[in-house]
Amino acid sequence: MEVLLPHSLDEALAMKAERPEAVPLNGGTDLMVDLNFGRLRPPAMLDLNRVAELTEWREENGHVFLGSGVTYTTIVREMPEFKPLVQAARSVGSPQIRNRGTVGGNLGTASPAGDALPVLAAYDAQVMLQSRTRGERSLPWNAFLTGPKKTAIAPDELIIGARWRRLRGPGSFSKIGTRNAMVIAVAGLCLVIDEERRRVNVALGSVGPTILRATQAEERVAAALTTSGTWDDRSAPLNEQWADEFAELVAGAAQPLDDVRGTAAYRRHGCRVLARRAIGWALAEWRLPAWW
Amino acid sequence: MVVRTRVNGDWREAEVWPGTSLLVFLREALGLYGSKNACEQGECGSCSVWLDGTLVCSCLVLAAQAHEREVRTVESLIDGDKLHPIQEAFLEAGAVQCGFCTPGFVVAVADLLQQDPDPSPVTVREALSGNICRCTGYQKIVDAVELAAARLRAGA
Repeated sequence: MEVLLPHSLDEALAMKAERPEAVPLNGGTDLMVDLNFGRLRPPAMLDLNRVAELTEWREENGHVFLGSGVTYTTIVREMPEFKPLVQAARSVGSPQIRNRGTVGGNLGTASPAGDALPVLAAYDAQVMLQSRTRGERSLPWNAFLTGPKKTAIAPDELIIGARWRRLRGPGSFSKIGTRNAMVIAVAGLCLVIDEERRRVNVALGSVGPTILRATQAEERVAAALTTSGTWDDRSAPLNEQWADEFAELVAGAAQPLDDVRGTAAYRRHGCRVLARRAIGWALAEWRLPAWW
Repeated sequence: MVVRTRVNGDWREAEVWPGTSLLVFLREALGLYGSKNACEQGECGSCSVWLDGTLVCSCLVLAAQAHEREVRTVESLIDGDKLHPIQEAFLEAGAVQCGFCTPGFVVAVADLLQQDPDPSPVTVREALSGNICRCTGYQKIVDAVELAAARLRAGA
């Protein structure tokens, strides 16, 4: 085994082009476990720790770019205006894990339990990829994540980051697990309200082969907010009947399995509960009167 | 491959298999046994060290990633024969039972108190959520943090 230590993005892309079998490594919170336990023995590893270009995030023209090497600690510290993302970042592992783990790692590992992924899905984020020969390309999150631990990345490409249109409106990330730290989510949910497009986006983690969007539930809640006139007047009274229906539709969108961390039925119920809470929090943040 | 790292102020180097973790590098190649090897998957925190000043699990860092960088281990806290105030507080508060998790906790506490000299109990518990202790039930550890924080604030 060989370790490649590039110091710039150009150098990293050149190495990946020459050695497409090299496994990119950043925070190591997934890959080092496999290495320590002898499950991973690649011919080469490509360490991205020293590639400064990947550790930046910025806002440009109403869009946000989040570099693949940005750690969860950095998100918590520097991005308070992106609340669902910060909530997801803060729920990752422990301080030690958040100091090392990166968004690029969540994307590259493509576990359905990656905590940042439901947030990127709810933001309708694009995943930015780059190769030395073909340059940069972007894929919608759901074209990039193709299955459990499977992505559409080409062998000579690196994940550069994620990019999304900055949304205006409240939102949250929440998850269910056995404790408040060091938890692989049994179910996770991100809900964001997009005031501009009058949409409510709901993404689920840990309850399917990959991240899922609850599109029927999204349409139901957006229509209810239209019927009640809430998009134009946030204090307009709401008919609360659709809340249960919304939670039920979210639960119905899950495709859960039984495994060591929970049963399919428990996961589906978890989605129902998380959905009720998330829509409640979002509307409360919009300063609507409490109505359930 | 040869990994060269500044450990507790001194440049050290050793020839290691490229897949070696920083933890194994510190223990097996450099003979620094303070950082403990338990879960090897980032769950328990007993291998906590600082990499360029950042608290990390050394089992999840490839030794090569620490090449030409700075590492500080629990061994850096002792001053000759004199224990660090955090270590003294752990002993006095009864936060040490079998002691296996203690070095990792001491490093995590030192990291916390650098950032927040007067942490609330909730902050202490969140900061130590990546360290597992199977003996104490944690209360004595939280007590030790409070004791250490008070002494460090008083200039111990």
